[in-house]
Amino acid sequence: AMEDVSAKFVSQKISRTRWRPLPAAALQPPDLFATGSWDNEDNRISIWSAGDFENAGLNGEYHGEPHLLCDIQHNGDVMDMQFLDQERIVVASSTGTVTIFRHHQNNQTLSDDHRWEKAHYHVDQDTSCGGAACTGVVCNNPEIVTVGEDGRINLFRADQKDAVRTIDNADSSTLHAVTFLRTTEILTVNSIGQLKIWDLRQQRNEPSQIFSLAGDRVPLHCVDRHPNQQHIVATGGQDGMLSIWDIRQGTMPVSLLNAHEAEMWEVHFHPSDPDHLFTCSEDGSLWHWDTSTNVSDKPSFLHQGGRSTAYLSHSTINQSVVSAWLSSDPTKDRMEITNLIPNQTLSVNSLDVLGPCLVYGTDAEAIYVNRQLFA
Amino acid sequence: APLTDTVPPQVVPGADPLARQLCFAWGPAEVLVCETLFGRAGGFRSRCLSHSPCASRFRGKGRAGAAARSLTGSVAATADGGPSSSRVFVVRRDQDIYIQTLRKLFNESHGIFMGLQRSEEELAGKSRKAQLVQVSKNYRSVIRACMEDMHQAAVSTQDPALQGQYSTQVSILSAMELIWNLCEILFVEAATAGPLLLRLLDWVRLHVCDVDSMVREVLSSESPSKHKLFWNVVDVFVLQGRMDEARHLLSKEATANPTSMNMYRILDDLMKKMPVPSLCNTQTLTELELKWQHWHEECQRYLQDGTFASNPHMESICKILLGDEDAILEKKELMTTWYHFLVTRLLYSHPTVKPVELRFYAQSSMDLFLSGESSPEPLDMILMAAFEFEMHQVIKECSIVLSNWWFVAHLTDLLDHCKLLQSHNLYFGSNMREFLLLEYASGLFSHHSLWQLGVDYFDYCPEYGRVYLELHIERIPLSTEQKALKVLRICEQRQMHEQVRSICKIMAMKALRNNRLGSALSWSIRAKDAAFATLISDRFLKDYCERGCFSDLDLIDNLGPSMLLSDRLTFLGKYREFHRLYGEKRFPEAARLLLTLMTAHIAPSSFWMTLLTDALPLLEQKEVIFSAEQTYELMRCLEDLTAGNPDKQKFQDDDVETTKVEMLRLALARNLARVIVKEGTVEGS
Repeated sequence: AMEDVSAKFVSQKISRTRWRPLPAAALQPPDLFATGSWDNEDNRISIWSAGDFENAGLNGEYHGEPHLLCDIQHNGDVMDMQFLDQERIVVASSTGTVTIFRHHQNNQTLSDDHRWEKAHYHVDQDTSCGGAACTGVVCNNPEIVTVGEDGRINLFRADQKDAVRTIDNADSSTLHAVTFLRTTEILTVNSIGQLKIWDLRQQRNEPSQIFSLAGDRVPLHCVDRHPNQQHIVATGGQDGMLSIWDIRQGTMPVSLLNAHEAEMWEVHFHPSDPDHLFTCSEDGSLWHWDTSTNVSDKPSFLHQGGRSTAYLSHSTINQSVVSAWLSSDPTKDRMEITNLIPNQTLSVNSLDVLGPCLVYGTDAEAIYVNRQLFA
Repeated sequence: APLTDTVPPQVVPGADPLARQLCFAWGPAEVLVCETLFGRAGGFRSRCLSHSPCASRFRGKGRAGAAARSLTGSVAATADGGPSSSRVFVVRRDQDIYIQTLRKLFNESHGIFMGLQRSEEELAGKSRKAQLVQVSKNYRSVIRACMEDMHQAAVSTQDPALQGQYSTQVSILSAMELIWNLCEILFVEAATAGPLLLRLLDWVRLHVCDVDSMVREVLSSESPSKHKLFWNVVDVFVLQGRMDEARHLLSKEATANPTSMNMYRILDDLMKKMPVPSLCNTQTLTELELKWQHWHEECQRYLQDGTFASNPHMESICKILLGDEDAILEKKELMTTWYHFLVTRLLYSHPTVKPVELRFYAQSSMDLFLSGESSPEPLDMILMAAFEFEMHQVIKECSIVLSNWWFVAHLTDLLDHCKLLQSHNLYFGSNMREFLLLEYASGLFSHHSLWQLGVDYFDYCPEYGRVYLELHIERIPLSTEQKALKVLRICEQRQMHEQVRSICKIMAMKALRNNRLGSALSWSIRAKDAAFATLISDRFLKDYCERGCFSDLDLIDNLGPSMLLSDRLTFLGKYREFHRLYGEKRFPEAARLLLTLMTAHIAPSSFWMTLLTDALPLLEQKEVIFSAEQTYELMRCLEDLTAGNPDKQKFQDDDVETTKVEMLRLALARNLARVIVKEGTVEGS
């Protein structure tokens, strides 16, 4: 419920929020997250404590606001950010530089661990102003893949000074986001509505598969892969549409779901409960898509709880009923969609979900933490 | 008063008010000071144009002085080279808008502002008023939160200069909240006789906090009644009408002095019985006045029969209860301000004061309190204007004294929603609400990061908001595609077609400069900019001619319906299709397409030679591909090209071209021969 959300105005426009990953087999909810800012004269990477769970109230509710542990200056807008491990964060900059920051937990400081200057660039890497914005980064320790406005794909290893592999001109338009499909394959989305699979083992500088939206080539801004069923991929577009793709078949999305009214900036499957999906947008909304609701046993109108809830039935082409996301059974083919921010006006640029916790950041210079997502 | 030391006189280096009359305009970030053509005694028209577009134009230069901590001025531009040239000084009060904490004020209040604009106007009477009062309280709580953060910042910083700056901000914010709160009581809630006094008491208790530390000190001491400031604290409570707290303290003193027990009991009883207005309508004002009169007479009796004569402290309290002005004024130090004196006076002399009567009591309270020793300060004048219900005066004074537009813009907007400002139109067209919102939003646009907030304010300025937005939005630097997309979205949502085109063109040009033809094309497709799509298509074709292969196939092969945007783009797509057909060895289809490109005039004539050259390998195939008719058409195309070209010399002088034409003619002739034989054979059989 909204009452469990704590907000903090942070005097900087937030472009990315990320939970620090939990150690394997951890039982407690996440407690630390990182944020990155954009469009400030002085941009920063900050580490926040989500709150003190020891002092949680009797029913487990907690009303404290996030508090700053440490921060460090970052050159350029933070375009994307990903934790490499518990201590290191990889940050993509609008200057084209990719930086690994280390969070020292003993004395709560951040330091610049390693940096690939102008990993993305236009025309000439050595000129003084040739940097091209690095728009996306994804990590699978120790590997780091970055994409950029220059249409380039870089593969780095955290422990190596130079790029392991670079695909120049991989895409003629801007690459907006990247994610791992498998350990050796990545997915990218671009500004002409294409989803591409790249096999990094192959030396060919071409994608192994290209999927694309039909009709108008609406740019795609974000991509995420189902954590358990790797063939299911979700992307979000400039028109706010959510597309679900089955990369085993066809070249077009399995379903197109009308969602936001403007650019969808991020889409995330819940990492451990992938029946739930979260999207946020330039239109200032954040949607929770829930396919776990079995409509036949739980009449939908009983658990709306005053929130703006809508049901969409989506048409699918796929016939195999494997996942609720690809389902075509009309009786079960429904999902519950809830807008978690009813009155927001400025863009929600980023969100991250882990366990029962959600963190998101906005252009209205505020960060929000919801600790009871499924309450 | 908090405002006195906040605006120290500042000198803008180079600006000389003695030589020329100066005019100025300011926003949260910058003040522009302009020399005018007016002489000292007046003259012609002012040279200072509207502030806002200037502000962003000269922003770059203004930054030069940003390093200096205090007010910095720099000469931004010279209007013309003539002897009477005027100068514009960009003056930045960096500390104001660049204080991180104030950004919370701007952002959080933006949400409240938006909520107010969208709120239901249909709500009737009471519930609408309750809604507006709630909005007002929300604004105040944002000011208070910001003040607390600022206070924390002041306490935690080591730098004394910074500390001074933060403390200054705390006092400005505190003054803003004081004024806002009074406006809320008098204008938004429009409290009536009775409740009005209660609200004013709350107001004084909330804002007169100079005595709080003394109260804390006494209350936390081991034996409060022995403390030397004991009676001061009792007086503070009485002056603020905090009867229960005063009685509680007095009871401690009473137990320590059993001899004067009776005296304490009587005073306690008087204090307990004092009639106060109630917020709910359980008693009429007449009933209250009657009760009050009765109680007043009782106090009078005890004073006259000398009940408290043995204790000057208690006697003075009794005099205060009777509203004795001299007795109250004796406690000047404990009230600290004239408006506290006013409210105390009202409490003990005129508890059922009506809003219209406030002005008289306010004026006389100020005169009595200051008693000619000091002159009223800006804050005093603002509060006085409020007590006089001169709303426009309040706004005007605040505009002059406060260093940013935030306060007046939001307060005026709220008062306008209370339907209190409708009659007031300014001579230059838009009303005061809009004027102030425009100024505030323009200031936001001059800030590196806060421009996004400004957009929504412009949206709610019906007269000039659109024009201002158009002027400002074009000046937002488009540093990344992501930022450009955000700006573009703002323009698209508001059907600002010209700005959409201009943003896409800027981005397309950037992409073109960086050799990102694919990106460039997708920007011009977004703007539906046919001319630019043509330009980019030409670049693709030129690249093809130079390199002999296409770049960016992923894009060209996926043009889809956007191919129809420009003829050249259509040609590019079709020409690429020809290559694909050729690559797939679908020669007859390829040949037909190639010919259509020329005969239907899809291909630009400059490209015909390339197309004809592309026909060569098809003409040389073992199998005959072009029919006789098609061959004739090809020949006509070739002749049109060589004959129709005004630059005939080129074909004659250029050996390569001549050879090419000769080769083509030969190939065409041979093909014609082959096809005649073939077609003759087919027909003959």
